[in-house]
Order: sequence, then C-alpha cells, then structure tokens
Amino acid sequence: MAKTALQFRHNGRDVAIFVDGGVNLLVALRELIGDMTPKFGCGQGGCGACSVLVDGELHLSCLTLAETVAGRSVETLDGLKEGPNLHPLQRAFADNFAAQCGYCTPGMLMAAKALLDHNPQPSRAEVVEAISGNICRCTGYEPIINAVLAAAAAPRARA
Amino acid sequence: MLELRKDIFADERDDNLKEIGKGTQRQDMLGHVTGTSAYFDDHKLQGMLHLKVLRSAHPHARIRRIDTAEAEHAQGVRRIIRGSDVPRNLNTLLSLINFGKDDEPSLAVDKVRYKGEPIVAVVADSPREAYEAIAKIRVDYEPLTAVFDVEEALRPGAPVVNETYPKNTFTYHERYDHQKLRFGDVERGFAEADHVLEQRYQMSPIEHAPTETNGSIAAPDTNGRYVVYTSTQALFFSLDTCAKILDVPSNTFHFIGGTVGGGFGGKVDTLTEPLAILGAMLTGRPVRYVLGREEEMQYGPPRGAERIYIKDGVRRDGRITARQVRAYFDSGAYTRLSSYAVVKCAAHLPGPYTIPNVYGDIYCVFTNRTPATAMRGFGVTAMDFAIECQMDKLAHLAGIDPMEFRLINAYRDGDMKAHRREAKNTALVECVQVAAEKAKWPLREEFKRMSSRKDGGGSRAEIPPTSREPAASRATPAQQRTSYDRGLSVPTHDQRPVAPPPPAPPPPASSPSHGATRFSSVFGTRRR
Repeated sequence: MAKTALQFRHNGRDVAIFVDGGVNLLVALRELIGDMTPKFGCGQGGCGACSVLVDGELHLSCLTLAETVAGRSVETLDGLKEGPNLHPLQRAFADNFAAQCGYCTPGMLMAAKALLDHNPQPSRAEVVEAISGNICRCTGYEPIINAVLAAAAAPRARA
Repeated sequence: MLELRKDIFADERDDNLKEIGKGTQRQDMLGHVTGTSAYFDDHKLQGMLHLKVLRSAHPHARIRRIDTAEAEHAQGVRRIIRGSDVPRNLNTLLSLINFGKDDEPSLAVDKVRYKGEPIVAVVADSPREAYEAIAKIRVDYEPLTAVFDVEEALRPGAPVVNETYPKNTFTYHERYDHQKLRFGDVERGFAEADHVLEQRYQMSPIEHAPTETNGSIAAPDTNGRYVVYTSTQALFFSLDTCAKILDVPSNTFHFIGGTVGGGFGGKVDTLTEPLAILGAMLTGRPVRYVLGREEEMQYGPPRGAERIYIKDGVRRDGRITARQVRAYFDSGAYTRLSSYAVVKCAAHLPGPYTIPNVYGDIYCVFTNRTPATAMRGFGVTAMDFAIECQMDKLAHLAGIDPMEFRLINAYRDGDMKAHRREAKNTALVECVQVAAEKAKWPLREEFKRMSSRKDGGGSRAEIPPTSREPAASRATPAQQRTSYDRGLSVPTHDQRPVAPPPPAPPPPASSPSHGATRFSSVFGTRRR
C-alpha cells in the first residue's frame, strides 16, 4: 500500500512520518510517533479518551485522518508539562483527586486545556460543557470539574 | 486471638492509622496526570502482530464446517488458529478452586452457544489485514433453536445450551440443580401473617463499559517464557488460567498488569490472554489481541440478568413472619462466575432482617445469551434491589413508616440468622438511624432509642424446626393477598387497587440524640 509522507509539529517539535491511507491521527501518534498519552476508547468519537489539540482546537484523534494535520501543530498530554514542573491543570487534577483509573485523564486534561486557553475564567456550567464529550466510567466528574475550576482560580504565570 | 508481631516491622510502618478526614494521595496519581501510567496497550514491541477473532453469527448453531483456505493465503496473515490448536480447549474459570466442570472452549469447535462466541483466530501483520482475512473465512452453520429466558430454559424439552450441563442448570456438589435455604416453616409463617405479598423482580444484564477495552499483548521472552501485558483485574488468576489452557507450568509466564483502564468486574474472565499467548507461541512474535468497542459492548461479559420472585408474610405490627424466594441467575452460555454468584445470593437471604421462617431456591441457569460475569456485588445487588422494593411495599401494606419498618425487622446482635449462624457486630439499626437523620426523616422516639445491641437474642436466637415439605404444596392461607403490579403471576379475585406509598412527610427539626455518635461508638468499641 502506498504510504504518504506527513510532517507536522508534535508538542512543539517537528516530526515526519509515513502513513498508510486512512490511518487516523490516534494510530499515527501512538504507533508511529510513540506518544502513548492519547488513549483508544471507542474509535467512534464517543468517549473523548483520544482528545488532542490541533492548532489549539480540541479534536478527537480517532476521527481525524492523520494526513489532515500536515503542517499543523498537534498538542497531546505528553507536551503539557512545563519542563520538570506539572502544568497547573495537572497539579489541580492531582490535588483534587480527579483521576481514578486514569484512562480518561489525558483526554479530560486536553479538553480542560482547550477550555482554559480560550476562556481563562470559566463558570462551572462552562466547565461541564467543555468536558461533556469525555466519558469517565469511574464517574469521577465532580472532582474533575472542581479541578478545572481550581486550575482556573490558581494564581500562576501561564506559559 | 491472633497476635500480630508488629515489633518486627516497627521501623517499616507507622502504626497510626488515623487517616479519615485527611487527604492522602494515590500512589499512581502523578502517572495518571502526566499520561505516563502504562496500560497494557501502551507497549510497542518490535515486530508485533495483531490477533482478531471470527465470532459466531448465531446464538445457537452446530458448526458443520469451517473453511479457512482462502484466509490462510490472504495478505499479511501469519497464522490461523482453530480450536484444535488450543492444547486444552475446555475450561471453566473456577476450576482453579475445584468448583464446576470445564464447559467453555477458547475457540468453538462443534457448536456455538451465544452470538459472538469466538470460532477462529487470525494473526496478521496489522489489525486491518486480520479483519480482511476473517471476512474470507466460511463457516457452515446449522442453526439450532435458541433459548433466551431463564424459566423457558428450565421447561421440559427446552434446547440444551451446554452439553456439560444437560439440564441447563449448574450442578452443585455433583447432584443439586440449585442452591437451597431452609429455615423454619414458611407456610406456618404465612398462616400467621395478616398480609401476604408475592412479587416478581427482574434485572437486565448490565455492561461494565470500561473506557479501556479488554486486551493483552503476549511476547516471547528468553528461556521459553512469555511476557504478557494485560488489562486483567485478576493477574494471578489469569496467569493460572492460561497455564491450564495452554498446558504449561505457571512459571512459563510473566504477567504485567495492575494499571487497568476501568474494570468494575468486566476484566476477570481471562478473555484475551490465552489466544494472545498461543499466537505468540505459534508465530514466535509478540501478539496483541484487543477487543474493539463493539466487541466489548456486545460480547464482553455483562452483569448477568436475574429474575426474582419474593413472597413475604407480614403481621399488622410490622414483623415479617416468612420470606420465600425463588430466583434465577442468567449465566448465559457458560458458567464463568455465575455459580458463585448464586451461592452468594443464597447466603445473603433474607437480607439484613431477622425473619423466623425463610425458604430460598436459587438457580444458576444456562441460556444462549452472552456469558455473565462479576460486577460490583454480583449475586447480592439485584437481590437487595428486590428485597428493599419489597420492604417498602410491605411497610405500606402494614401501614408503617418504611424506615421504622426496617428498624422493627432489622437483625440485632444475638439473633439467629437463616444460615444458623449467630448475628454479630450488626449495625443496620444504626445505619437506618443515621440515614434517617441525614435525610431529615422523622423517626419516633422509641425508634431513635433502638440499638443493634439491645433486644436481640432470646427467642430470636432459636433455630426453629425446619419443615421438610415443599412449601408450595400446602393449603393457601386465607389472608388478604395484594398485587402491586401486573407482573404478579397468580391474579386473585380480591385484588384491589393500592394507592402508592404516601409521600415523605415534611422534615421536622430532628434532635441529634441518635445516629452518628452512637454509630461510631459501636465501631469504636468493637473494631480493635
């Protein structure tokens, strides 16, 4: 099968891979780049575990054809830490016990980042709306909502 | 009394266990928030192959012929695995503790017993090539009559689901087709009652739907061993199950797991490891077998369906005089863990209440549905749902507040349970009192003063003579029978409409003289 050359920015670093036609961004990130932070949950856009940012916008990587991110910037949880330090959202998730099995956490954090990047002081309803595409089967939504609000309220120097 | 030699570990552990009210971080939290917690599927191995299975299109069918010739030559296919390739192609999970007969193949050979049962496995270079090869496999089925209802499965002439259990029921102690509980004489209890209420309860199967689907990756290691990354909730249980199915010593395997993307009971059945390891054995390459979302939802084992009939007798003063239960667990096509759920269910009767006459028949039934498995309190949860619905209805019949009704019947220390064990460390009275206080539900003073440590024992500690007659064979008692819903199996001529239970009374200012304080003191003095 013919492969297509694909270049894009991955967490601020230029990467180049060859992909088969029809390969989605989730598979490209996990199997070709080796970034295991986006998770497979359903492969049909129903759970949000594979959420990543493409040019700052929240995308479901399982429904995004890899070739469509050519020349664009992809951010995953792997790029969220600020050097050795946790991002305020990561700190807030830990402090608020906002992870149980942890499998939805990468997608939740990316959805939360997309929200705070656009709306640094969201209301509780806006947080609920922002993570409404992300399923947590351990049903820990309350601490997750609290964590996002805590991160928004925390004084910090945003990168 | 067991004496713990804590002095040996004095420098390793702080004996201060007062943790309540303090936030203590989970040890895996930093991995979770940085995405570095390694789930089974986060391992990328050199030369890894992908295994997918062909699943039965029928809930019940004889397999006449399987033709894999075209699939064997399909692009990217490394190996086709059939039932005859599995060293011990018949197992039951609890055989590891000598409970039950081997009844389930890893890959179906002669018959399929539920829709989605694995028949052939294909190992290929990519998942896509595995699926394309599966589409080329031809299976010649002879469809058989299927049975999906537990009571239909027990009727004479019902299709035999699983030939290991030709009566469609699990066999206990090599001779019994159900679990029995007999305590006292329920017919006498019904005769003493002012009201008798018989109801039918039904719970559907429930899928755990973990965000991470079931799966595993098996890779050949040095010295003939295999490393297995797995989503299992039961690591050593799965390891031993694989050793049995693949007929090798347990130390052939190094299982790595523990980081599970949601389980809830749906990852204890060793669904993927045996075939992944067999694939690795037959190809010499790492093999990954992961369920897709549809497979997880459709063919992953759910909490089993249950059908429960409860007949209770209650006096005007609120005491339950008899409880008779007949319950059916839908095990699906194979036993898995349902046999054990039935034992738990029988052990749970009659709920946390002291009832002098109890009669239970609990069946583990095979049907052509997806095999059921563990899920959060399985065996107890549905029965509790039925019992507590029943308690509300009985309270209404007796004209007693539902909380006070539970307090009247709650077991107390020193009472005899239906299993002929003395009740100890009971706390239902205190639980109800705390729940009432938190819900601002008014309890009368005498109910607030009740205690699990008072009024138990005495006549309540007696083991009544147990009737050996079948409960249903004797004369119907003459008291009022009431039906609440259309599910009642025997309509009676004196049915009359019953108003729904009254709404909760308005919350009065409740006195904090009971409840939490006493509740904690109970445990404070008993849990040393």
